[in-house]
Amino acid sequence: MTTFLLRRLALVLPTLFFVSVLVFGLQQLLPGDAALALAGEERDPAVITFLRQKYHLDQPLPVRYVLWVEGVLKGDLGESIRIKRPVRDLVLEKLPVTAELAALAIVIALSIGLPMGILAAVKNDTAVDYAATMTALWGRSIPNFWLGILLIMLFSVQLGLLPASGFVSPAESLSRNLATLIMPAFVLGNAIAAVMMRHTRSAMLEVLSADYVRTARAKGLSERQVVLRHALRNALLPVITLGALEFGELLSGAVLTEQVFTIPGFGKLIVDAVFNRDYAVVQGVVLCTALAFILLNLFADVAYALVNPRLRG
Amino acid sequence: MTKWRTLIAASLFGSTLIGGPAATHTLRIGLAEDPNVLDPTLSRTFVSGVVRTALCDKLFDIGLELEIVPQLATKWEWTDDKKGLVISLRPGVKFHDGKPFDAAAVKYSIERHMTMPGSTRKSDISAISGVEIIDDHTAKLVLSAPFAPLLAQLTGPAGTIISPKAAQAAGENFGSHPVCAGPFKFVERIAQDRIVVERCADYWDKDKIKLDRIVYLPIPDSTVRLANLQSGGLDLTQIAATDIDTVRNDPHLRLAAVNGIGYSGITMNVANGERSKSPLGRDARVRQALELSIDREALNQVVFNGENQPGNQWVSPGNPYYIKERPIPARDLAKAKALLAAASVPNPVMTMTATNNPVVIQTAQVIQAMAKESGFDIRIQATEFASALQLAARGDFEAFLLGWTGRIDPDGNIYNLVTCNSPFNDGHYCSTEVDRELNAARAVDARTERLAHYRIVAQHILQDLPIIYLYHQKWLYAFSARLSGFAPYPDGLIRPQRLGLD
Repeated sequence: MTTFLLRRLALVLPTLFFVSVLVFGLQQLLPGDAALALAGEERDPAVITFLRQKYHLDQPLPVRYVLWVEGVLKGDLGESIRIKRPVRDLVLEKLPVTAELAALAIVIALSIGLPMGILAAVKNDTAVDYAATMTALWGRSIPNFWLGILLIMLFSVQLGLLPASGFVSPAESLSRNLATLIMPAFVLGNAIAAVMMRHTRSAMLEVLSADYVRTARAKGLSERQVVLRHALRNALLPVITLGALEFGELLSGAVLTEQVFTIPGFGKLIVDAVFNRDYAVVQGVVLCTALAFILLNLFADVAYALVNPRLRG
Repeated sequence: MTKWRTLIAASLFGSTLIGGPAATHTLRIGLAEDPNVLDPTLSRTFVSGVVRTALCDKLFDIGLELEIVPQLATKWEWTDDKKGLVISLRPGVKFHDGKPFDAAAVKYSIERHMTMPGSTRKSDISAISGVEIIDDHTAKLVLSAPFAPLLAQLTGPAGTIISPKAAQAAGENFGSHPVCAGPFKFVERIAQDRIVVERCADYWDKDKIKLDRIVYLPIPDSTVRLANLQSGGLDLTQIAATDIDTVRNDPHLRLAAVNGIGYSGITMNVANGERSKSPLGRDARVRQALELSIDREALNQVVFNGENQPGNQWVSPGNPYYIKERPIPARDLAKAKALLAAASVPNPVMTMTATNNPVVIQTAQVIQAMAKESGFDIRIQATEFASALQLAARGDFEAFLLGWTGRIDPDGNIYNLVTCNSPFNDGHYCSTEVDRELNAARAVDARTERLAHYRIVAQHILQDLPIIYLYHQKWLYAFSARLSGFAPYPDGLIRPQRLGLD
């Protein structure tokens, strides 16, 4: 197991390096000029020259990359050219927001997707199965921003039950924190629930036809015990992997959902940064989310290997 | 019965969730974007000006009719040669850090605007060569040449006076905690989430301040902003023209509108690189034909529900500097076709760059359809804003549908946009007569004299058409019926004085 872990960990650094080079290179392909974008309407040439020098925009790409890596190794992710704040602070400020939203979304996805998947498998080829599949299809097909606006119209404008947008930190008020996050978390969770339901259903169907399940039934166990104790445990494996991957994806920022609900997380941060050519912010956020994604993948691999010794190699 | 009880409990819970600490005297203002840095010397966006209006008083301000009124100044006087402006300063004013506002602070702030690396104020006050302290409450701005727009410039960020002590201590980071002498002081900023300011007890004009706090919330999506207003999450926000009916039909909301000071127009590439070498760039008759193809009133009705003000000059028809002898030309397809025939291009093909905002694209499409009737074949190139700016600066465009946010003085809407070699003159239009007259208009103070020069400028500009001016945008605000004392200003900034919540 230690060798397995070490081997996986050894891959983290090269992957991060590759991601950083890719992000750095791809950003330069974006048309537009950070200094011009920042100067906006008032394009004083002296200001533009100053900004280019200050943020090394006048240097060749490899030099800028090296300067950036040097900073990163010292824990300095650079400074936002637009609001003049250290990227590290911005990342630390947004990460808990996005992580909380992602965690809530996964909880919602699990609490809808798992029971529906189990039910659909147990009641295979019945009206219940079809209904669950239809609901899953709906959840996956409905665009997030549209569902978001509908929810705002219903729960905020019509019923006046929830705030239409914004974010309140849990330290300030937990109830208001949950009130601001429940709609965006539902929008995100709803889409993931659909995938979870499909995966749970197919995994359960496979397991339910296995020999040991027949044995369990032959032993006279109740159907409830057979499904929840014996079948579900094994069927959960692919769902755990899926959950980890989806969580990783959510950490990289739910761009549209955060935009609609004005949640100040990674998604909003990165969108604003791209539009304003705030390169340091884009690089910093991508690096952190890549790291989170890699670690979550690692976690899924380890979890898998723990359950299935054949994978440890 | 239980069901009803649950419902009532749920709604009570819900209302506490929405209500929370946003108490009676906290005003929540929705912004269309997250402001950039709040430092008046470095700031570049309109929305940062909205927030700064609550934090920082300026030497001068504008009134509802664009008249210049003293704010931190009490009176002013030009020297005889018009190369010096002596300003008497308001006594008894304190900055938020308790330090006194005096002539030294004026000198420090103006010199910071003039010399700080990266200052975007330099071009606003380039006429100032130095600041002299006459006594504690009198400062003199010394000019290298007479400059009529100076007072107007001092109503903007260039006239903002900051606490020298706080600015020296914070250096470049002053914008993350600005300390000025405005009615509200800075409390906190969470990027992309909110900016909070609270009432300053020592404000010199505190009788006009009824609010305890203001929270600025950047919400980019206009539908979501309106939903927040309807559900009580916001008290005041700017809205899109398409939302006017919703606001009018909601008994809990009020609407306010005012003509803005900016314009929208089509900037022509007449001499900037290869792409200027088209019939449109080379021959003014083709540009005149394009102008005559456009029905500005119809454009306003179709795209803006008739809410904006059609225009053909750099200032709107109601402005005292509008040249009345040159009104908006009526659409005239026959004349447009004749001009194209005379230019030997009956069917000019042109590309119009437009930023990829739905309203801008719709405007471009209406122009495209109108111009088609006189023979133009317009291709619309929708481009994201930052890329469009680069294309414009490089001269990689033929025609560019672009707006200008506007300045108080007419000079700010024309000088840097059409004079030879000016950095904002993307189309590289250059006319010695126009430059001469615009410079002359800067050097005289009386309106009639300035108008005489602008009249000659208009003769050239409206003939050469380096920019086809289309309309002047209105500022539209929707606000809660609980809000009292709100008056919209032509510069679009929200002044917190007199605002109250019932």
